[in-house]
Amino acid sequence: MKRLYLLVAAMALAATPAFADEDTITVGFTASQTGPLNVDSLGQQRGYEFWRDEVNAAGGIKAGGKTYKVKFVSYDDQSVGGRVQQLYTRLVNQDKADFLFGPYSSGMTAPATVISEQYGKIMIVSGGAEEKPFETGNKYLFMSITSASHYLSGAVEALKQKDPHAKIAMVYSDDPFSKTVLAAAAQQAKEAGLEVVMNESYSPSTTDFGPIVNKIVSSNADAFMGGGHYSDGATLARQMHDQKANMKWVSILVAPADDKFGELGPAALGVTVPSQWEIQVNYKPQFGPTTAEFAKAFEDKFHAKADYHTASGYTAGVVLQHAIEQAGSIDTEKVAAALNATDITTFFGQVKFVTDPAHHGLQTAHKMVLAQWQMVNGKLGRQVVWPTDAKSADLMYPIPPATQ
Amino acid sequence: MLGILASIIDGVLVGLVYGLAAMGLTLIWGVMDVINLTHGTMIVAGMFGLYLLANALGLPPYMALPPVLVGGFFVGVLLYWVAIHRMVGRPPLMSLLSTFSVNLMLVGVGTAVWGTALFNVEVSVPGISMGRYTFPGAHIVAAVLAAVIAGSLYLFLQHTRMGKAVRAVANNREAAELVGIPTTRVLAITVGCGVALAGVSGMLIGTLFPFTILSGDGYQLKGFVVTVLGGFGNPVGALLGGVALGLLEGAVTPFVPVSWTLVIEFVLFVLVLIAFPGGFFASRRGAL
Repeated sequence: MKRLYLLVAAMALAATPAFADEDTITVGFTASQTGPLNVDSLGQQRGYEFWRDEVNAAGGIKAGGKTYKVKFVSYDDQSVGGRVQQLYTRLVNQDKADFLFGPYSSGMTAPATVISEQYGKIMIVSGGAEEKPFETGNKYLFMSITSASHYLSGAVEALKQKDPHAKIAMVYSDDPFSKTVLAAAAQQAKEAGLEVVMNESYSPSTTDFGPIVNKIVSSNADAFMGGGHYSDGATLARQMHDQKANMKWVSILVAPADDKFGELGPAALGVTVPSQWEIQVNYKPQFGPTTAEFAKAFEDKFHAKADYHTASGYTAGVVLQHAIEQAGSIDTEKVAAALNATDITTFFGQVKFVTDPAHHGLQTAHKMVLAQWQMVNGKLGRQVVWPTDAKSADLMYPIPPATQ
Repeated sequence: MLGILASIIDGVLVGLVYGLAAMGLTLIWGVMDVINLTHGTMIVAGMFGLYLLANALGLPPYMALPPVLVGGFFVGVLLYWVAIHRMVGRPPLMSLLSTFSVNLMLVGVGTAVWGTALFNVEVSVPGISMGRYTFPGAHIVAAVLAAVIAGSLYLFLQHTRMGKAVRAVANNREAAELVGIPTTRVLAITVGCGVALAGVSGMLIGTLFPFTILSGDGYQLKGFVVTVLGGFGNPVGALLGGVALGLLEGAVTPFVPVSWTLVIEFVLFVLVLIAFPGGFFASRRGAL
């Protein structure tokens, strides 16, 4: 009998942890721990987790006289859209997430936005730049990064300045993100008076770009813009180099933003990539850490350099934290109102959301930079080359022709 | 015009490598009616073998060929005992499932170790230029090596005692057993050869393009198309099928939007299946 009492007492203790616990906020998200999106997605997830650890270490988020610790619930979406839909439903219904962060990539984000809107949960999107999910009359979506249509604006401007008569070949992966980016870039190039001599998409499963590179050569282009996600972009860069396509300008999406792109060696030299953030950018933050503080703390903890996926993931947290503190509550409606009113500069840049219902939640203030792979002290690395007021090195134009 | 010719030549060069990649798949199918779904991953294993030998140990890239060939053979023999031995002669779905699960495990372990990050092996072989178009040296070397290896496999199958045993088992396992051929050992060696071919083709592809742990899927898919074009279970046909596929990719690209290439490829795949259910270069059962 005594044993039974003890057992009951133990169970009662185990069942009431909230009694001794402080208040918590649960944030739910999925990450592509496996599958093709793994590299970039893990970068973003690290950013989320790094933010959580720093906030909790500093005591938590203060709102309405209470202090909330941040708790995460996350799952592996396997880089599969169908899983995203199931898992976000689970995050809302079973795990009772108070807020949501987005998965990585436009393809994964679109199904997640359906769920977050359906259940009226705020979702901060920091890794899916496509605009479409934001154009269906949403109320709770907020994109903390520059959207797809503006990815190559800087590249077009910079190219125009270097060569107003440049002829551009646009070859890109047949996925929603890349198509949106390049469609906008083609329009911007046209407005800038640049000629687009080739405009084609390839299947994401393309393995050999040899014939495509020959076609680019045949088009007499002197600039290249395109790519898509990861290995395709790298393969394109390598084959353009190996086949001596001798482009004077090469802009490739996503792949060159990863440090591993440097493995390509001479094929990486001169390649530019639109980037949401680079370690060299230096904004004066009104909220959260400075770039130097962020970069140092990150490197101390992970023994790796922070990249833009990490920075954008971290910023998703900073933006949410700021809004909760402004709202003084964790109530969805109040936080959403605070997000709508947000206009702050973090180390990631300025953040402000569109409040017009037709495009609600899109980013209007954040500016992308253009980074270029350059040789500095005998080592390949990315330098910010555009806009000129943020540059860490001069733009290299034209790219020197391939030797070998 | 020169551009079209360049693309066609390029297609043939890469096609030879596709063909080599498919030979391993079709060899195993031809001998024991097993579709090896670890094939793509074995191709990737060849790529990583190259990466480790060339970038980590500093070997010249092409010196990685013998160790990858031998290593691939032993991995193949192991694979036979782990996933295939008990499935031979059972319905094809069984071996599909067993090799599929081994594949999932390998990809899972690979992702955990390397992530899906990018790997690249720099190869500097001077290329040949034709006007503004260049055939990279690495493509030419890879194509020649692929043709040599394919030729060696043919000679092995036709003229060696073991090769004849492989063909005998492919033709009729019971009859081979009756005349004293150790069929189990022959099957294990066949899988060893099949995987060694996958590994070597992966190694050659690794000298051409950057790769990730997931790159195998694309080549496995191509392997199936090539196998159908070349005739199921016919390794020489596979090489021709590979060249046909490469040629098609090269010849089609200059004329249609790039995104159509894959559509045309698979339309052809279906047409060949309808017109020649056994494959384009198919001969009777036991083509080996």
